Amino acid sequence: MSSYRLPKRGLVDHNAPLSFTFDDRSMQGLEGDTLASALLANGQMLVGRSFKYHRPRGILTAGAAEPNALVTVGRRGRTEPNTRATVQELYEGLEAQSQNRWPSLNFDVGALNGLMSPFLGAGFYYKTFMWPAPLWEKLYEPFIRRAAGLGKASYEADPDAYEKSWAHCDLLVIGGGPTGLAAALTAGRAGARVILVDEGSLPGGSLLFDTATIDGRAAADFARDTSAELQSMANVRVMTRTTAFGWYDGNVFGAVERVQKHVRDPASHLPVERLWRIVARQALLATGAEERPLVFGGNDRPGVMMASAMRTYLNRYGVAPGKATAIFTTNDSGYGLARDLEAAGVDVVAIIDSRPAAGVEYRGKARLIREAVVCGTKGRKAISAIEVHRDGRTETIAVDALAMAGGFSPIVHLACHRGGKPIWSAEKAAFLAPEGLKGLGLAGAAAATTELAACLGEGAAQAKAIVKELGLSCPPVALPKVEGDEGIDSSKPLWSIPGVKGKAFVDFQNDVHLKDIGLAVREGYSHVELAKRYTTSGMATDQGKLSNVNAIGLIAKARGVSPAEVGTTTFRPFYTPVSFGALTGPHTGHHFQPVRKSPLHDWAKKHGAVFVETGLWYRSSWFPRSGERTWRESVDREVLNVRKNAGLCDVSMLGKIEISGSDAAEFLNRVYCNAFLKLAVGKARYGLMLREDGMIYDDGTTSRLEENRFFMTTTTAYAAGVMNHLEFCAQALWPELDVRLASITDQWAQMAIAGPKARIILQKIVDEDISDAAFPFLAAKEVSLFGGALHGYLFRISFSGELAYELAVPAGYGESVADALMEAGTAHGVMPYGLETLGVLRIEKGHVTHNEINGTVVPADLGFGKMVSATKPDFIGKAMLQREGLAAPDRPQLVGVVPLDPRQSFRTGSHILAKGAAATLENDEGYVTSSAYSPHIGSTIALALVKHGPSRHGEEVVVWSGLHGESTAARLCNPVFFDPQNERLHV
Amino acid sequence: MASLVPCPNCGRRPKEEFTIKGAALSRPAPGADAADWFNYVYLRDNPRGTYEEYWHHTSGCRRWLVLTRHTLTHEVAACRDAADGSQLEGGA
Ligand SMILES: [Zn+2]
Repeated sequence: MSSYRLPKRGLVDHNAPLSFTFDDRSMQGLEGDTLASALLANGQMLVGRSFKYHRPRGILTAGAAEPNALVTVGRRGRTEPNTRATVQELYEGLEAQSQNRWPSLNFDVGALNGLMSPFLGAGFYYKTFMWPAPLWEKLYEPFIRRAAGLGKASYEADPDAYEKSWAHCDLLVIGGGPTGLAAALTAGRAGARVILVDEGSLPGGSLLFDTATIDGRAAADFARDTSAELQSMANVRVMTRTTAFGWYDGNVFGAVERVQKHVRDPASHLPVERLWRIVARQALLATGAEERPLVFGGNDRPGVMMASAMRTYLNRYGVAPGKATAIFTTNDSGYGLARDLEAAGVDVVAIIDSRPAAGVEYRGKARLIREAVVCGTKGRKAISAIEVHRDGRTETIAVDALAMAGGFSPIVHLACHRGGKPIWSAEKAAFLAPEGLKGLGLAGAAAATTELAACLGEGAAQAKAIVKELGLSCPPVALPKVEGDEGIDSSKPLWSIPGVKGKAFVDFQNDVHLKDIGLAVREGYSHVELAKRYTTSGMATDQGKLSNVNAIGLIAKARGVSPAEVGTTTFRPFYTPVSFGALTGPHTGHHFQPVRKSPLHDWAKKHGAVFVETGLWYRSSWFPRSGERTWRESVDREVLNVRKNAGLCDVSMLGKIEISGSDAAEFLNRVYCNAFLKLAVGKARYGLMLREDGMIYDDGTTSRLEENRFFMTTTTAYAAGVMNHLEFCAQALWPELDVRLASITDQWAQMAIAGPKARIILQKIVDEDISDAAFPFLAAKEVSLFGGALHGYLFRISFSGELAYELAVPAGYGESVADALMEAGTAHGVMPYGLETLGVLRIEKGHVTHNEINGTVVPADLGFGKMVSATKPDFIGKAMLQREGLAAPDRPQLVGVVPLDPRQSFRTGSHILAKGAAATLENDEGYVTSSAYSPHIGSTIALALVKHGPSRHGEEVVVWSGLHGESTAARLCNPVFFDPQNERLHV
Repeated sequence: MASLVPCPNCGRRPKEEFTIKGAALSRPAPGADAADWFNYVYLRDNPRGTYEEYWHHTSGCRRWLVLTRHTLTHEVAACRDAADGSQLEGGA
């Protein structure tokens, strides 16, 4: 037989039917159902196959801890695998598929794994797959992946929106059961800012299936009324469908709100899930308790269910578990279930109580078997009988449903997320939250309080104490009167059951059974952390919510110690799985990271630039013209044109920092290794910034615009880092200096105009005289443009080795100024050039970039040894630069490299070997840091860092790349390939 | 996931806004021994307990702060501006 719906029962709307499909079969449920309750109402007890043995599995729980009833919901981009049917709300048109079965749920080939089970026991990952190693990739891993029976994600993009949000409150109440409602109400009435989160669609928790009355009202009505009052308060926020999944530093809680996971067509203006970070001055954990399964043979057969879940399905959803139900209990809670079932007209065949006597009187019709246990079950895809073990004898009783009531474990996960370990209480027979928590309290069943009245009282009392501590006055709260609550005694847990027949599962989701635990202990893995990994108990997506305490109890029993001595494994966020969508939030596609575009981006675009991403920036790489077939043709043209006529290049993405204050010069003198104190107003200087360990950090030019005002440029890549570094120096190292720093990178468009015609072109828009006499090399000043229409800064600096200028204008004018320069230069052959050409030109001149400044070089390595000030009392890096090793003669130093045969080439990253030397690590002499094709030299040219490099110009070497299998005969040379006398600069 | 840093200028702000430099050591005098410099640049304590660290409120006020952080619990006992020592009113 199977489960079925009872008319007119529960909180579901019997007048609101919903259609849905399970494995493409049409079914009917009701508004208010979960997928699990709807499946049970349709008699669908088999819902999945187990992970390892592919055993038939049903619905075990009615909540977040569900290990078995994992299904795939939705289709295409909305496919959500491993959805717990017990928490998925039913909606019209829901499509669910069972998982881990082939070809079908009823006939599953993988069930043959059950026959292999002797080989799949504890440690099988370690034992079976140890050897031979090559089989790992070919055989074992694919096998494990296929056997790992969970759902499959869709490859289609998720069409839905996700959001992230912060919230702040005085009191965060986690869990909207009786304890949480009482706490929220007390604090809310006192005027505190309260947030109540509950994972369900309705606040109430256990009140939604409890048959007790509170102040004469049904428990569910009390929950509804209290929640309505809370929602009417301006200072209280009730968040349903919200799971608090983690407790973090600063009393911040992570929570995920399922905004639209209960609808078929999510509204596009709302997210489907919202990730919350809730900052709480105080928090109260009112998360209740988890019922423990009992570890008997065949305890995983469909039809076997937690007693509290069975009661939930009966009272909240109006679903009967079967026609002949048995209840296996170790405590009084089983009798409440028996009473409710019988009141609903469902036959209870037997109550099997492990104790000699119960704490409550039972007057129903069921056969009461005391001092007995269920040791096994029978049935194929659903339970058909139980085997009851008593006094050494076993009796078989036909049933179609079995409830197991193994006692309750407080849900203390969040209380352990910040390093604390749960503490075993022998008195309560439970693991309780660590003591001395700050900012977080526990109340109700989460603190092992079992009676309803006591939970309500505890919630209110804790809220009152918190409210007082916050300095608010708390109006007296009358405790409601509870009737008909049978309570739950804290019974002695029943870890191991005598006479177990067949596989008795401890961890249902990972298929870990009783014998696995025993094996782990016998083989020496009895430490709880080792046993967990050896057996994989508690390592599935449910993180052992049902299994952990049982596993610990069984290990304790096997070792003959108390569970206190075994202890628990570490609890880590997240309490339940959180979707990648929620964690990613809106940061997908082009929102994944910001895009930085230069103020000259559109100018470059209209000239046909090919862009390249460098960090967040889009930089113009080259500017192809019609007829050019390869990028090299374009770059060669641009390179030749700069040296022949002139070129215009966007350099706006260089970092720009304004440094001002009466100690600005002194400050620069300390952050650069070369002298800056006496730099004249109107002059620019190349500067080298070191790290405190003596290595070069960054380079750039800094210009003195006024006595106490400087304009610094940094490399593009290090712009943010240099700014942070300078702020550190100014604030933490030398706060006594009067210096101010402002990042002005985005405020200025900057363009380089380089080439013999640069001055003629530029003079057309610059009002001042920029002749060599009036504005010599390294001059820098504010200039007037277009007859006073605009002001900018002009710097006579050159990265190309040509007569060159850099002009900075306010960002918004950048494109117009570039247009004007192009127009002014038309007659002089001006062309735009990009990053590639910039690279060729600077390699031809032996100028370095971060290819060379790679964190391992000191100034002398790049030929800048003489720049380092010997007279300054202090600068960043001065002390460590004195180290002997940094002056060693065999340090790799800058040198040029060209192939002997100009038709040959080699790549950046290749190594330098002495001619005839074997390619070994010992023979490695250095490496190529930059390389390019130079149309002026007519071959590849390169810069390299080579041992004794500067004294080896002219030597033949081999450029070797093991990665590409290349070996090229080459010659070391002067790193300045073009115009070594810098004659073109000073014209 | 989250944690808050009590910036003296901006209040309690999420840690993602900050950049951590590491131990808040004082820089040796320019003429200090090589050993002092070596210690400053390379040697770090690794205590289980409170530790003073430089944090930069990069996406906030851009001030460098000295945080007294417990390495085990991440509790922030104090947070002062590295230059003027000011602290958040009402403490950390
Ligand atoms: Zn700040």
